[in-house]
Amino acid sequence: MTGSGSERVSREALARVVRDHAGRLAASLVSLLGDFSAAEDLVQDAVEIALRRWPAEGVPDRPDAWLFTVARRRGLDALRREGNYRAKLAQLTGGEPGVKDDRLRLVFTCCHPALSLEARIALTLRVVCGLSTAQIAAAFLVPETTVAQRLTRAKRKISEAGIPYRIPADDELPERLQGVLAVIYLLFNEGYLSSGGARAHARDLVDDAEWLASLLAGLMPAEPEVAGLLALIRLHRARGAARFDDREQLVLLADQDRGRWDHEAIGAATASLVRSARAHRRPGPYQLQAAIAACHAEAESFESTDWPQIVVLYDMLLHLAPSPVTRLHRAVALRYAVGPEAALEELEHLDRALENHPLLHATRADLLRVLGRNAEARECDERALELTANPAQQALLERRLAGH
Amino acid sequence: MKYVLMFVETEEFAEELEAMGDLEREDAYAAVGRWFAEHAGKITHHTYLAPAHTATTMRLRRGEEPVVTDGPFVEGKEVVTGFAEIEVADLDEALKTARSWPACPIVEIRPVS
Repeated sequence: MTGSGSERVSREALARVVRDHAGRLAASLVSLLGDFSAAEDLVQDAVEIALRRWPAEGVPDRPDAWLFTVARRRGLDALRREGNYRAKLAQLTGGEPGVKDDRLRLVFTCCHPALSLEARIALTLRVVCGLSTAQIAAAFLVPETTVAQRLTRAKRKISEAGIPYRIPADDELPERLQGVLAVIYLLFNEGYLSSGGARAHARDLVDDAEWLASLLAGLMPAEPEVAGLLALIRLHRARGAARFDDREQLVLLADQDRGRWDHEAIGAATASLVRSARAHRRPGPYQLQAAIAACHAEAESFESTDWPQIVVLYDMLLHLAPSPVTRLHRAVALRYAVGPEAALEELEHLDRALENHPLLHATRADLLRVLGRNAEARECDERALELTANPAQQALLERRLAGH
Repeated sequence: MKYVLMFVETEEFAEELEAMGDLEREDAYAAVGRWFAEHAGKITHHTYLAPAHTATTMRLRRGEEPVVTDGPFVEGKEVVTGFAEIEVADLDEALKTARSWPACPIVEIRPVS
């Protein structure tokens, strides 16, 4: 034992150890048993026991061996109860699973397109990152029973519909990888937007998203989009400390104290993005978004940001992945690169697509205010406030409407 | 594993087929023939159904006379037009098979229990 009985293990340290080992164990148990659902249950049982015991007893020297031993014991008990004792027992009596990292297969199975997006997210968090059902429920502010149902349904679909446990073949890989990256990106966004709000004390999903992206980057070094997503997450995180003020209020990019950004992390993320982009020469949406984030992160002040470059990057992004929200972001860059009138005109093309998107109205409000059209600006801010459910955004809009 | 591919036709697709010239329609049918030939090794059974207007639906009610109605069980713009049963390794292979289906625009894939 590394820790004596009295030494307390912090919640974060515990989460990290579990995350580093649970996915690995789940991956090898699925290989060993050929049964996704059974393997996942065993890992969860082992994780629950670890979460109860490690805080008091300390983290064992080899958490992986400890978890495997507990999982195996539980597995043998369950097999005995179920009566199919002999069939699978042989597979569990062997030693620990090999060192081969099977987590990539696990990730692809958890993110299979035949599962609903919600199921993919819950499954990835639970199986790959080792989160408990309760932790997932807290992170998404949904009842634990909802998450449990989602997981049960997903596991049933995997076994009954014959979703395979393997890395997709080369011809399917680009599309399937997109699906995996989408899950990680969504997780990141969810965590990023909710941080500091009502969920300030819930599990930091951004941490899980970064960890997943870095796991994937390590396992798929030839995929520049994976490196792009990892850089994107790291560039945003590097600015995290300046995103909220002392009173937990959201601070906009223009008003952030750039001295509080983690410039070392920004430099490292930018360098790895450039390295990977140069080595592979296959641009993609995540690399471009990361490049845009890097432009912001490397600017010494908001005013000295290279806005024309950002507009160009948005044009490339729109070419690869057209989306009204991206066009909206481009319009913001256009305001600084060209002028507020040009940006305002651009927004008119987005009215129909983003009618219910708070950011469209908040952006328009901003532009109108710059142009001195305050009454119209107010109306737009009010509309944005009606549409957002995010507490930090609500607070920001309320302050704006109050005239601060 | 065995899966059934359910081929589902939409109203637009039926209209497109209707609007085709004879040659074009023959091409479309030939493409379907080619698909079946290409996947013959996997297809264990297949059925093409007569048009939806020939369907009759019976709703059985406990203790009461069944109700018989004209038409398919779902009144909608999407109708099942045929089935193919395939024997493949897993869902990915079933998806791959369905991906090259050259006719109607929706295919439901369901494992045979």
